Amino acid sequence: MVPMLSEVWFILIAVLFVGFLFLEGFDFGVGMAMRFVAKTPGERRVLINTIGPVWDGNEVWLITAGGAMFAAFPNWYATLFSGLYMPLVIMLLLLIGRGVAFEFRSKLDNPKWRDTWDWTIFISSLLNPLLWGVVFAALMAGLPIDSEMNIYASVFDYITPYTLIGGIAITLLCFLHGLFFITLKTTGDLQIRARETAKKIVYGVGIALIAFVVASYFYTDIFQVRGAILIPIFALIVLAVVLAGSFAKKSRDGWAFTMTGLTIALTVTSVFVGLFPRVMVSSLNHAFDLTIHNAASGDYSLKVMTIVAVTLLPFVLGYQIWSYYVFRKRIKEEEHLEY
Amino acid sequence: MDVIMLSRIQFASTTIFHFIFVPLSIGLVFLVALMETLYVVKGQEKYKKMAKFWGHLFLINFAVGVVTGILQEFQFGMNWSNYSRFVGDVFGAPLAVEALLAFFMESTFLGLWIFGWKRLSKKVHLLCIWLVSIGTIISAFWILVANSFMQYPVGYEINNGRAEMNDFLALITSGQVWVEFPHTVFGSLATGAFLITGVSAWKLLKKQDTYFFKKSFHIALVVAIISGLGIAFTGHAQSQFLVETQPMKMAAAEGLWEDSADPAPWTVFANIDTENQENSFEVNIPYILSYLSYSEFSGSVEGMKSIQAKYEELYGEGDYIPPVKTTFWSFRIMTFTGGLMIVLGLYGAYLIKRKKLEQSRKYLKTMLWAIALPFIGGTAGWIMTEIGRQPWVVFGEMQTQDAVSPNVTAGQVLFSLISFSAIYLILALVMAYLFVRVIKKGPVEEEKDVKLTTDPFGEEGYGSYAK
Repeated sequence: MVPMLSEVWFILIAVLFVGFLFLEGFDFGVGMAMRFVAKTPGERRVLINTIGPVWDGNEVWLITAGGAMFAAFPNWYATLFSGLYMPLVIMLLLLIGRGVAFEFRSKLDNPKWRDTWDWTIFISSLLNPLLWGVVFAALMAGLPIDSEMNIYASVFDYITPYTLIGGIAITLLCFLHGLFFITLKTTGDLQIRARETAKKIVYGVGIALIAFVVASYFYTDIFQVRGAILIPIFALIVLAVVLAGSFAKKSRDGWAFTMTGLTIALTVTSVFVGLFPRVMVSSLNHAFDLTIHNAASGDYSLKVMTIVAVTLLPFVLGYQIWSYYVFRKRIKEEEHLEY
Repeated sequence: MDVIMLSRIQFASTTIFHFIFVPLSIGLVFLVALMETLYVVKGQEKYKKMAKFWGHLFLINFAVGVVTGILQEFQFGMNWSNYSRFVGDVFGAPLAVEALLAFFMESTFLGLWIFGWKRLSKKVHLLCIWLVSIGTIISAFWILVANSFMQYPVGYEINNGRAEMNDFLALITSGQVWVEFPHTVFGSLATGAFLITGVSAWKLLKKQDTYFFKKSFHIALVVAIISGLGIAFTGHAQSQFLVETQPMKMAAAEGLWEDSADPAPWTVFANIDTENQENSFEVNIPYILSYLSYSEFSGSVEGMKSIQAKYEELYGEGDYIPPVKTTFWSFRIMTFTGGLMIVLGLYGAYLIKRKKLEQSRKYLKTMLWAIALPFIGGTAGWIMTEIGRQPWVVFGEMQTQDAVSPNVTAGQVLFSLISFSAIYLILALVMAYLFVRVIKKGPVEEEKDVKLTTDPFGEEGYGSYAK
């Protein structure tokens, strides 16, 4: 069976979000570690340098996901972005602050100046995954989408106990992911402390993810719709977290990092699997759900986009991987650090 | 104020603010790449020092350009959801391609360039900065493909009440793209070049690092002159295309209420009375408007009143005349700054030829202030392009008032407008401050070599377990 182009694009957008949260996930985690793990300005600089060359490229996964939604599912893009106007304004303010903070912090030799930007990075790295968790949970739980595909939502439509559980789970997961990234990119005391912190919070991550899954059973219909596929995925998520914890104990940092990466990939995947073939669920009436059919662009447009994407993605992946290869070395405080 | 007005102010302020950094990035990175090329080809350290110093300014600038760009992409869906639904099929595609083709390239290779001086070979490092430069230009191309669709929609059909793409090739070969894209790129190159000549001029006045800044001035001036002439030629091509495709914008830009005489004179100055639809006072130069419109010294140009009558027949009753004064004056500011840039560039070349550059303090002082010219010209150009298209958001297909998000309230937009404006203000101040600091400090000598450390993806990270 040949998949329909709108299905291809649904999968592609899912892949872009997986890429975004996998990559920017450890960026966020490193940002959180700026306060929870690093103790001195020097250590904070080491942490920032672990992601310095790559964070911007990682963020482009989000920008591309946004562009792909606009192009392939204009109605999804329009409904989501206008419907969640306020959370997006906050997210944009956070992303703006974080983006310039990386560039600005080192430009003045003044501790207060540097602290200000370091706090900006920390707060933004903490709240961004929280917001993404909330948004993903809200997508599954449903938002008041009317017959015109418009959302007239109040804060309490998207900030609910369920979406907060989702937000906390994603935030903790990104933190753990970032900690393992630090163990791979640093040495000595900082590396040991990151590993110790990871060992402690891995239980929290497990509990939060299980709580998210259980709450999804009560607050969403994803189990009724896709239970057969989702239950094995959830089992794999739990297994991956357990393995991440046990690898951490044995100081197998590379494998631990792989496991949290897998957890993020599976979590985002399960959101998209739970939604399919819908892209947004209406809490008013299922007739108003946005699906890959009523939200999609025309066939011609999708065909052109598919050719472009299939041609370009291998190159993008290739040079991104190459840049990680170039910067594979660990970072030490004694070195000259450019940030 | 209502939600449409607020959304328009937010869009305008975001775009104008974003477009301070974009052209500067495109221009600066091109010049930095040029300097590094000289370094690699000639093997002289001074060019490396040059690439690093100007690269510093580029990086500060690039960061702000990137973060304001995210906002730019998201606000179509946030504030203009009806627009996004209507044109997403056509308009979203170039944005997605821009991200895939350009943004990844820019950000990845920029990271490699910043941190790769000692990790990459000279040639690969040079390739990285050229890929960033090409990335910024590709990015400009795709966003202008999208913008061109708003000016002169092609390659689509209306199905189920929305515009659907039916000819991708038509979209990217649209005449509008190919007048708008080179014009914008030349304008951007000029923006970077004038920053470098201006800063260098200031340093020459202060007699600091004279040799370094004289060299920088020379390189940038060449780019400034070439792009200045490029701006003029492509601008001319654009005005001819405009007469053909959006005559109303051209008529408004000329303050032309009635059809012009044949040959048409160009209005230098006019006192425009929009209420009575007439100009109470005009200063004209004969023949020039005919030349601008048709490249020959004859031919009449249609006035707003007759175009209005035509459009009423075509699109139904309504007011199809854009804000005339804004369109008229922004056009004049743009052409005036463009002309001034060419004059200043050529005069600088003359001074260099006569070896009088450093002694010409008045010229150097002027060049410092001339940093502002491309920004003023670029902003005025975009104001003319976008205001002059009103009331349309997509010419002939959708009006701006119908494009706004119906579910977003004025209060929400007011909140976002105030918070974005506040953050823009902070960013602008910090940027200006950092620029001045970096410039005051001047080029720095090379630091010592770095010892690189161990490889986590080998033995330590995976190895022991995989064995």
